Amino acid sequence: MVVWTDQERAYIQDIFSKLNYEDAGPKALQRTLIVYPWTQRYFTSFGNLYNAEAIMSNSKVAAHGVVVLHGLDRAMKNMDDIKKTYAELSVLHSEKLHVDPDNFRLLADCLTIVIAATMGTSFTAEVQAAWQKFLAVVVSALCRQYH
Amino acid sequence: MLSNTEKELIVQIWDKMIPVAEDIGSEALLRMFTTFPKTKTYFSHLDISPRSEHLRCHGKKIVQALAEGARNISTLTTTLAPLSRFHAYQLRIHPTNFKLLNHCILVTLACYMGENFTPVAHAAIDKYLSAFSAVLAEKFR
Repeated sequence: MVVWTDQERAYIQDIFSKLNYEDAGPKALQRTLIVYPWTQRYFTSFGNLYNAEAIMSNSKVAAHGVVVLHGLDRAMKNMDDIKKTYAELSVLHSEKLHVDPDNFRLLADCLTIVIAATMGTSFTAEVQAAWQKFLAVVVSALCRQYH
Repeated sequence: MLSNTEKELIVQIWDKMIPVAEDIGSEALLRMFTTFPKTKTYFSHLDISPRSEHLRCHGKKIVQALAEGARNISTLTTTLAPLSRFHAYQLRIHPTNFKLLNHCILVTLACYMGENFTPVAHAAIDKYLSAFSAVLAEKFR
């Protein structure tokens, strides 16, 4: 059972309240595909991912980035039972999409960096720690249904 | 594998960090200690509270080493040999910790550089930090 302090909840809600899903989602997924090119293996149907410029102008990548952020939004709205909220998503990623779960952490790290670049100095060490704890719980929930 | 463009980008970025080495270095360390508390176990001999002299001094050393490595990327093994021996035989840090500091360095650069920390710059620096860490961990066994 994950225990959240009031401060952690506040930090996480605050980040989401300032997040532009249509901006941060695409940026995080683009970054993942550029910085960790092996992740492109899951997106062969997305067309041209040949170089950074192609990835950043790819509309399917952008659309999917938004989908990912809306998924995270659900976790934020159900912080006390992310495991249960993500049970189906976990089965989807393991049984249908066959994603190596080590890659979830890479997307999480890229999202953290996008948020850091947007928030600048207000993304303090304490805020970062709370945010990364949240993402660690999300990643763990996504990994749960892998057998 | 770093392209020539990436090598130039890496040098440019680290050269900009030299004048603010204490700020960048101490912030990266503080982020690491706050997000990954187990990393503090290697610093019980120092005062690593925010803005402490030890933290700023240590942070500065790290950024300076990274800047020097950036200027000598093709000879990293030679340039870092003393640091490599130090990490292997004296510090004996569990190798997974390098990734944690690298991540916090990237976050610090992102906060500092904002939109200028482009995906291409991020990729180049991440690759550089991985190469740097690999050399530091080379003599571990």
